[in-house]
Amino acid sequence: MNTLTSLLLAGALAASLGGPAHAQRSDPENPDANATWQQLRTTMFQARTIDTAADTIISLEAPERAQDAAIVPISIRTHVEQRPERFIERVYLMIDNNPSPVGAIFHFTPASGRADIETRVRVDAYTHVRAIAEMNTGELYMTTRFVKASGGCSAPPGKDMTAAMASLGKMRFRVEGEVEPGKPALAQLMISHPNNSGLVMDQLTRMYTPAHFVRRIQVSYAGQPVLSADVDFSISENPNFRFYFVPTGEGELKAEVIDTNALRFETAVEVDAGS
Amino acid sequence: MRSAASRLRCSLAAFALAWAGLCSASPDIEPLPVEEIAPGVHVHVGHQATWPGAQGDERAGDIANLGFVVGERCVAVIDTGGSPQLGQRLLAAVRRVSTRPVCYVINTHVHPDHTLGNAAFAALAPAPRFVGHARLKASLAARAPFYREALARDLGLATDDADIVYPDLEVADTLTLELGGRSLHLRAWPTAHTDNDLSVLDDASATLFAGDLLFVAHLPVIDGRLLGWLEVMDALARLDAARVVPGHGAPVADWSPALEAQRRYLSGVRDGIRSAIAAGRTITEAVEALANTGVDGWLLTEDFHRRNLTAAYAELEWED
Repeated sequence: MNTLTSLLLAGALAASLGGPAHAQRSDPENPDANATWQQLRTTMFQARTIDTAADTIISLEAPERAQDAAIVPISIRTHVEQRPERFIERVYLMIDNNPSPVGAIFHFTPASGRADIETRVRVDAYTHVRAIAEMNTGELYMTTRFVKASGGCSAPPGKDMTAAMASLGKMRFRVEGEVEPGKPALAQLMISHPNNSGLVMDQLTRMYTPAHFVRRIQVSYAGQPVLSADVDFSISENPNFRFYFVPTGEGELKAEVIDTNALRFETAVEVDAGS
Repeated sequence: MRSAASRLRCSLAAFALAWAGLCSASPDIEPLPVEEIAPGVHVHVGHQATWPGAQGDERAGDIANLGFVVGERCVAVIDTGGSPQLGQRLLAAVRRVSTRPVCYVINTHVHPDHTLGNAAFAALAPAPRFVGHARLKASLAARAPFYREALARDLGLATDDADIVYPDLEVADTLTLELGGRSLHLRAWPTAHTDNDLSVLDDASATLFAGDLLFVAHLPVIDGRLLGWLEVMDALARLDAARVVPGHGAPVADWSPALEAQRRYLSGVRDGIRSAIAAGRTITEAVEALANTGVDGWLLTEDFHRRNLTAAYAELEWED
């Protein structure tokens, strides 16, 4: 059992299975009070200090009110240059009141250039969303936003379940803007995948729709890792990531995606940064 | 639940005959106001508001148009309201008009303002058939926990598993239901407003219950596939109907202007989002840039326009 799986289980037990009816209530003004967070904090970070005066390290953009609870855009920006002696090694994305609160753990390297990440998540209930940066030197920094999932018609399940299964595994991968050697370049990876949570019960058969979601993503440039991520079903259907890497000349930007059924998808794009 | 129905009949009888003493212990269920828009076709027009609304607000849950059609043999109900209580009030409205059995309860799609009143009819004996699109069951199963949570959080209404009633008669393509002297023609559509839209056409009066395939005044809400909805609207426009009951907003006799207004809004969203994607804007940037575009003349734009833009972006970014 890998780290994320055990964390997921811990979190799922804390929040209890079966959707939002049992979700923790959160006080928007008091992000530390949430019981799920307190348990996760102990499990994942033990007694380590987590600095919440984090503005110079990491910031988080999320809508105050989720327009569509199935597609909540999350933008994590970092303000640290990724140098070999000091860089952000991991970014944790947590959604306290989701059935599985650890939404993603992103791993970065100096070759990432910047540890920024944009993605889209499902939000099951009114909740704090947290981004925690872990430096290669061990310090932890956390920033928090409160997000309200809006209205009853806006529920996290996808919009067209049949279509989602039909296009599973299709990917789009591109580099945006002009690419210059040595300068962080922005890439976008789109994966067509239903990202089923496994928490939806068929009320008639009392059987759960099997969990089937993207589990791991690995991106390399010219053979060097620039991003890897352990992710789960808090990530929206059709997972979508924008991130940076540092091109050095000609090289292949390659992404490998693995889901919970051990299906493996690959895509690559040639990058010519000139020289 | 059986006893709830007989209590209701009792209280109605009490109302009619003024034998108040006999039934004084029964809860008073106020029938939903309905209008007979064609012979035997009764419609309750919901409020222009969002579901579930707020506790104590008389509009809470009562936002969708609901209807029933009375045949010589039996009655078909089309959508049941945004809470089990509203379903009871709709049943009371049916009973005020007809004593014939309710043989069908049809849901035009999964959304809670159309389905959560089903439980009131499940208690009837004999029980009606519950009719929906072949994909309704899966969608309702996935969403029901969220709907129940919203009822508890915003209206203080506790529900249990039995309050969510699933279809037992599924429509994959078309289906005709005989009510005695009139038939309802049901049609299941490809993904449009949702992935489980079903329309109902009463042949005797040529009344079309469009469900949320048509919004009047209430901003259309995309919860399925924008491009699919635009295609479905073309097919819908060819149906031969003398009047149309939209999912929200007033029933209309001449419905082409309503269809046209909806087409203008939806194609505006499509075109705006396509341009934003082509210009390399992120989902957040695109939504901000278009937040005030194309919404003139619509209600509830603050509640739904940004949401529509978000959904449209997630759909259209996969276009070739």
